[in-house]
Amino acid sequence: MFNAIIEMFSYQFLVRAIVGGLLVSLCAALLGVSLVLKRYSMIGDGLSHVGFGALAIATAANVAPLEFAIPIVVVAAFLLLRISENSKIKGDAAIAIISTAALATGIMVASMSTGLNTDINSYLFGSILSMSAEDVWLCIILSVIVLCLFVIFYNKIFAVTFDENFAKATGTKAGVYNMIIALLTALTIVVGMKMMGSLLISSLIIFPAITSMRVCKRFKTVMITSAIVSVVCFFVGIVISYMYSTPTGASIVIVNLGALILFSLAGFVMRQVSARRLKT
Amino acid sequence: MELISCNNVSFSYENTSVIKDLSFSVNSGDYLCIVGENGSGKSTLIKGLLGLKNSSSGEIKRGSELKSNEIGYLPQQTPAQKDFPASVFEVVLSGRLNSRGIRPFYTKNDKKIAEENIKRLGIEHLQKRSYRELSGGQQQRVLLARALCASKKLLLLDEPVTGLDPIVTEEMYRLIDELNKQEKITIIMVSHDIVSSVKYATHILHLNHKESFFGTTEDYINSPVGKYFFDESKK
Repeated sequence: MFNAIIEMFSYQFLVRAIVGGLLVSLCAALLGVSLVLKRYSMIGDGLSHVGFGALAIATAANVAPLEFAIPIVVVAAFLLLRISENSKIKGDAAIAIISTAALATGIMVASMSTGLNTDINSYLFGSILSMSAEDVWLCIILSVIVLCLFVIFYNKIFAVTFDENFAKATGTKAGVYNMIIALLTALTIVVGMKMMGSLLISSLIIFPAITSMRVCKRFKTVMITSAIVSVVCFFVGIVISYMYSTPTGASIVIVNLGALILFSLAGFVMRQVSARRLKT
Repeated sequence: MELISCNNVSFSYENTSVIKDLSFSVNSGDYLCIVGENGSGKSTLIKGLLGLKNSSSGEIKRGSELKSNEIGYLPQQTPAQKDFPASVFEVVLSGRLNSRGIRPFYTKNDKKIAEENIKRLGIEHLQKRSYRELSGGQQQRVLLARALCASKKLLLLDEPVTGLDPIVTEEMYRLIDELNKQEKITIIMVSHDIVSSVKYATHILHLNHKESFFGTTEDYINSPVGKYFFDESKK
């Protein structure tokens, strides 16, 4: 295994992909905690499908895919956020409509132009080979922006996540911070999509948050643990994918699932122990 | 000193009016209970006072010494909060956010104020515990401590005893009463519990579609609407 890792690092394209992927999983994990707690997990899923539609159209029209997809997904993020806030249309149904519609549009456009070629396939299921040097640079720049904004707004994100009404009532512009969360999520999803595939990218957002919440009790430790879990799972997943030539995105999701099961067991044991201690 | 006053204020949702031509004022040091049946507009009024909802007519005036970020608020709990992984200290400290403005991080002074309020409400022993492991009464105390971090002038409490057992309910009322009498914090509380409202409050606002009542607690007990409700709820 150790040799395999050293071997991996001798390929330049793999090093690029690993650096980019690690940063994306870090961002996704941090944002995921807030999204999951706000009951917005589905937004991440919806956005990834919108991203697929945008990428398919960009490929058909022969324009730069990421540059085309980013503004579209950002707009979709604001739209989904508004829908979730207005209870007139039920949020989950609306998200399902938008995400399947975007997916269908993408496939229609793709089949009319080039057919479901490898490009489209890699957008759906992800491919580590599809990361170009420019993609990785974009990945790094966007991840750094996401991380900086996240640190600066950490306390506000906590307040808005825990209790939006209180935050609003005491003069915090909750709407603005919701938009920032949506914007950061959109950026993370578009950037991570090429590697993870649009069908699997939302797992990077949801899994680490849920996993760390099995064990951790404080917001800060939940954040830190989910960041660590996410990064470790990504790395293990990519090593497995290299050693056994399995698809990258799917391998990472499976490792995440393993971590979730492990943490759930640990949480269960911890609760049992503390319950017994209370009894005696 | 007048902290908040409403002059002929009306609220409506999509052309159905919920509150019509309501006038009342709250002075510094008052303890006002807002009572009324379900759907009489209590929650709407609270939203209006907090500036979360605009009135369709009339005006809500804030006294000159009450800035918009100087209202402490104890909202009703949302289901998402009940299993929220956050320590008591993190939750209470978040009450200081309104005094931060655009500065991103809390100072030592913010942490000190949070600790003082935790002590004030007698929950020091819970400081490091997770919010989701606490009982309903303990959670309410945590949220009250957070509200105190936001303001020492005015607290708005939205049904603070919902779901609490009778003993904890009584403790909560006593605590709020202490804050009002000892620390001179003005209280505005939405309540379903007329008997306790009358026991503790200095003023009562009874919302009703036909005719609302506003006045001191004594006048309320002697008014026809007050008499009716007070007798009904004692049965």
